[in-house]
Amino acid sequence: MADPNIKIQTDNLSVHYGTRHAVKNVTLGVRTNHVTALIGPSGCGKSTFLRALNRMNDLIENTRTEGTVMLDDTNIYAEDVDVVELRKRVGMIFQKSNPFPKSIFENVAYGLRINGISQKRLLDETVEHSLRQAALWEEVKDELHKSALALSGGQQQRLCIARALAVNPKVLLMDEPASALDPIATAKIEELIYELKQEYTIIIVTHNMQQAARVSDYTALFYLGELIELDETKRLFTSPSQKQTEDYITGRFG
Amino acid sequence: MARHFEQELESLKTTLIKMGSLSEDAIRLSIKSLLERDITLAEKVIQGDERINTLEIEIDNAIIDLLALQQPVAIDLRLILAAQKINNDLERIGDHAVNIAESAVALMKQGIKEPFFEIPEMGELAQHMLRDALDSFIHNDAKLGTSILKHDDEIDELNRKVVREFVERMKADLKSIESGMDLIRVSRNLERVADLSTNIAEEVIFIAQARVVKHHAGDESDSTIH
Ligand SMILES: Nc1ncnc2c1ncn2[C@@H]1O[C@H](COP(=O)(O)OP(=O)(O)O)[C@@H](O)[C@H]1O
Ligand SMILES: [Mg+2]
Repeated sequence: MADPNIKIQTDNLSVHYGTRHAVKNVTLGVRTNHVTALIGPSGCGKSTFLRALNRMNDLIENTRTEGTVMLDDTNIYAEDVDVVELRKRVGMIFQKSNPFPKSIFENVAYGLRINGISQKRLLDETVEHSLRQAALWEEVKDELHKSALALSGGQQQRLCIARALAVNPKVLLMDEPASALDPIATAKIEELIYELKQEYTIIIVTHNMQQAARVSDYTALFYLGELIELDETKRLFTSPSQKQTEDYITGRFG
Repeated sequence: MARHFEQELESLKTTLIKMGSLSEDAIRLSIKSLLERDITLAEKVIQGDERINTLEIEIDNAIIDLLALQQPVAIDLRLILAAQKINNDLERIGDHAVNIAESAVALMKQGIKEPFFEIPEMGELAQHMLRDALDSFIHNDAKLGTSILKHDDEIDELNRKVVREFVERMKADLKSIESGMDLIRVSRNLERVADLSTNIAEEVIFIAQARVVKHHAGDESDSTIH
């Protein structure tokens, strides 16, 4: 049995794009129902690492992944893993919100429909619940059938979070979810992350160190594809154990 | 959506208020132990300081985390910086309570009944200043804070007077030197408590020192930036 406090454990995880070794032998444990932030200079492998956690790199040509990623007791790179099922359990939210050109309702119901769920009541309930969880319900409840594209950037991002939540994930991967948003919309997303960690394990990539400090419980610093340091956010930002971390968070390099 | 940062600020404030009430108790009991010649009470004050010291460190750590993780600005930043100083002031008030309690123990061991001169009055005044300083912090009341500042001169004056009186007494009666020194020490410590209470009041004034003008219709409602 895996440690129930650790939701995801990578062991010697490496990802290559052709000859480029983008993530190098990373061994890292992600704590259940906590927020872990990945920081580091652009190009250090944060997004690649994140995508490795629900096998999104499989969709990119010429990638090779080595090492293991355990989600609870399952090695997600094992032969018999159902990748579609995996991506439901480990949902992904991207930097650029990407709602479908459909109604708000249909965006959230999407994952359920492709799973063959069509009972109106179940759809209604799940859509409402997910929108509530994403702190969007109050703003859209009277216009569920309007196009999602009419929403503001911040609302669209929360809609994408609702869409991910609707298929009942355990882990949420977020790749710079607020980097395209204004400060108010960003603050809403940050508050939402804080709320969601009660029920979900969250890993967030952010180029914004202050954001990592504000929202996360644990922070991992990546540099040139390697994991430099992983620690409680409080400790990492008040007295990191690695010189490289100190230099990076104080703005002395990167 | 309420920011959870606000909850953290609220909880910092609550812990600091608790720290305030511990220091306030320590001062009150140390004075009581002296005036009522209660050695058990004095020892209780001396032992109780541990708790104040621990709480100071706890608050200090919480403040460091808030500064490092939340990047507070404006009113939030002023509150946190002020909290850090107030925390330190309160811890030192706790130390002065210990000093007073130690003097009380020493006096009781000497078994001599000396007059206290203005010490009871100083004790009242110092406690009053501390109470108002804490109240002004709790209620964000810079006006109350300002009203404390004027008492500082009074207590300085009382301290000088007490010292003169004891010096006269010691000159007249060499046997009173030891107890006289202890009582002068008590007087000085009370004067320091008043100083620290003044510092706390100044911090409260600093927190309120906004250039944002608040209209007193609602409590925190619409503000205009100048
Ligand atoms: N699809 C790709 N094909 C080839 N190289 C890539 C691809 N995506 C990322 N890389 C390279 O892998 C490294 C890590 O990139 P990435 O994971 O996006 O870093 P980060 O998210 O930290 O900015 C970079 O050198 C980048 O150029
Ligand atoms: Mg990236």
